[in-house]
Amino acid sequence: MANLKTPDKTLGEGLREIGLSRRGFLKFCAATASMMALPPNLVPAIAAALEQARRPSVIWLSFQECTGCTESLTRSHSPSVENLILDLVSLDYHHTLQAAAGEAAEEARLQAMEANRGQYLVIVDGSIPGPDANPGYSTVAGHSNYDILMETVEHAAAVIAVGTCAAFGGLPQAKPNPTGAMSVMDLVHDKPVINVSGCPPIPMVITGVLAHYLTFGRLPELDAYRRPMAFYGQSIHDRCYRRPFYDKGLFAESFDDAGAKLGWCLYRLGCKGPTTYNACATMRWNSGTSWPVESGHPCLGCSEPGFWDDAGFYEPVSVPIGVTSKTLIEGAAVGAVAGAGIAALARKAKKEAVANRQPVTIDELEQKL
Amino acid sequence: MSGAMGFLLWVKGPMFNIALAIFAIGLIARLVEIFLLGRAPNYAEPRAGEWGPGLRTMLSRTIADPGTFKRAPFNVVVGWVWHIGFLIALLLFIPHIELFKGVLGLYWPGLPNPVVDLVTAVTLITLLATLVHRLWHPVKRRISTTEDYLVWTIVFMVVLTGYLAYHRLVEPYPLALGMHILSAELMLIMLPFTKLTHIFTAFIARWYNGAAFGRKGVQS
Repeated sequence: MANLKTPDKTLGEGLREIGLSRRGFLKFCAATASMMALPPNLVPAIAAALEQARRPSVIWLSFQECTGCTESLTRSHSPSVENLILDLVSLDYHHTLQAAAGEAAEEARLQAMEANRGQYLVIVDGSIPGPDANPGYSTVAGHSNYDILMETVEHAAAVIAVGTCAAFGGLPQAKPNPTGAMSVMDLVHDKPVINVSGCPPIPMVITGVLAHYLTFGRLPELDAYRRPMAFYGQSIHDRCYRRPFYDKGLFAESFDDAGAKLGWCLYRLGCKGPTTYNACATMRWNSGTSWPVESGHPCLGCSEPGFWDDAGFYEPVSVPIGVTSKTLIEGAAVGAVAGAGIAALARKAKKEAVANRQPVTIDELEQKL
Repeated sequence: MSGAMGFLLWVKGPMFNIALAIFAIGLIARLVEIFLLGRAPNYAEPRAGEWGPGLRTMLSRTIADPGTFKRAPFNVVVGWVWHIGFLIALLLFIPHIELFKGVLGLYWPGLPNPVVDLVTAVTLITLLATLVHRLWHPVKRRISTTEDYLVWTIVFMVVLTGYLAYHRLVEPYPLALGMHILSAELMLIMLPFTKLTHIFTAFIARWYNGAAFGRKGVQS
């Protein structure tokens, strides 16, 4: 097993070694700055910081997941600057990508933890059966996901939850949540946790967070769900190129009508863009080729908590969840019985009043007064 | 799960069901009670039919007579404007039509969003004007009850939160939308038990009036 201590070589040296030009490097720094909504005058600072940065040791833990997040990262257009950055992170443990297997693989994780105590980053994809759940739902090398996570994060510098399963519980946590799945932030409370949600997340967002960490030595500004503001600060709806059609009230009514062909808004087909915060509309997928809404499909809201349980993918945002006219009919039936009962009581009271009526004459009244 | 999205899922799911059930039970109970109690039997020989004048009065009373307009032009004009505005926003905004389609299966064409937006802004201003007038007018102020202010508040909140959500003036959006849906649910819950019931009983009452006059052979 190679020495897993953070290498002495800086990122700048490493990049030059694999043949990245100064111009290419600065272009990357400029792209990183604009991606993270930083002012352009920070580009030289980013370049200087990245030049000097040491490759951090990264331990990638895969739990209840589908490997889609790893697929997203590795299928980014190659060779891309994302790949370069990833090559230059010391990825010491990753089920899918590491060569080692079995005992040797687990040994690599323990060695990296020991050698970089307090400095390594933990990336988690997949949700974790909680401490009260049956640990047998998901194990690695005979250990429960929960135990591995807790052991690994104990001396980590920070934890990055990649993908909606790790960030919010995702698909495994969807009702009825048979495995008692929990998110990383549900379980890890004493370390900085950053959520890079999405099913899967955009590759540039994963690398962007790493670049930010390398540049500034701290994690970026986060939103209420601990997602980096630079990528999750605006909703899909607000940045959608189909937004003018929403504003004009022009909607596709089905997937093959004239509106769909003209590229009108997909709100009525269930687009969750209004409630979803992600960078798809601006960064797009497959090296900026396209993104779901551009290809004619509504946004599923995959980067939001509870997206599997939020009505149906093809139900508009305004439609309530699990509510049908049955509620109204049943309520009306109960109401009819209640109303009839109240009316019957009122009639009875009226009848009794008529029956017990004691007429009074004017003379009697005058006597009383 | 917590936070804005958890709140939105709650108001869209369990809370919506609760509100709808209370609304349905309360409204039908009150209507059934009104119908079953009926009116006192009239033994006089009818001079004319009930149905025609009843139905006609349902519509004719919608327009204020000249005397009423002269005495209270503000009430008539502003009342009309905000009622129509509220109905347009409720029934012709496309996300609302999707809601009716989802719950009732009924749907109809909507208006472009900018039109609904303008109407909503006008509705908000006129609703504010009704409150100012209520507080400023000595008679109105004397006859206003807590219920009047409560009803005004919930109607105003429904329109205001809808406007804020549409313009995304509250972040994050799931919170804005959740507040709007919750306001509408509170209105649904209050509807059968406050004077908001007039949404359903106003036309019934007008029919009763018109029918009674018709039976006596009197114009109404």
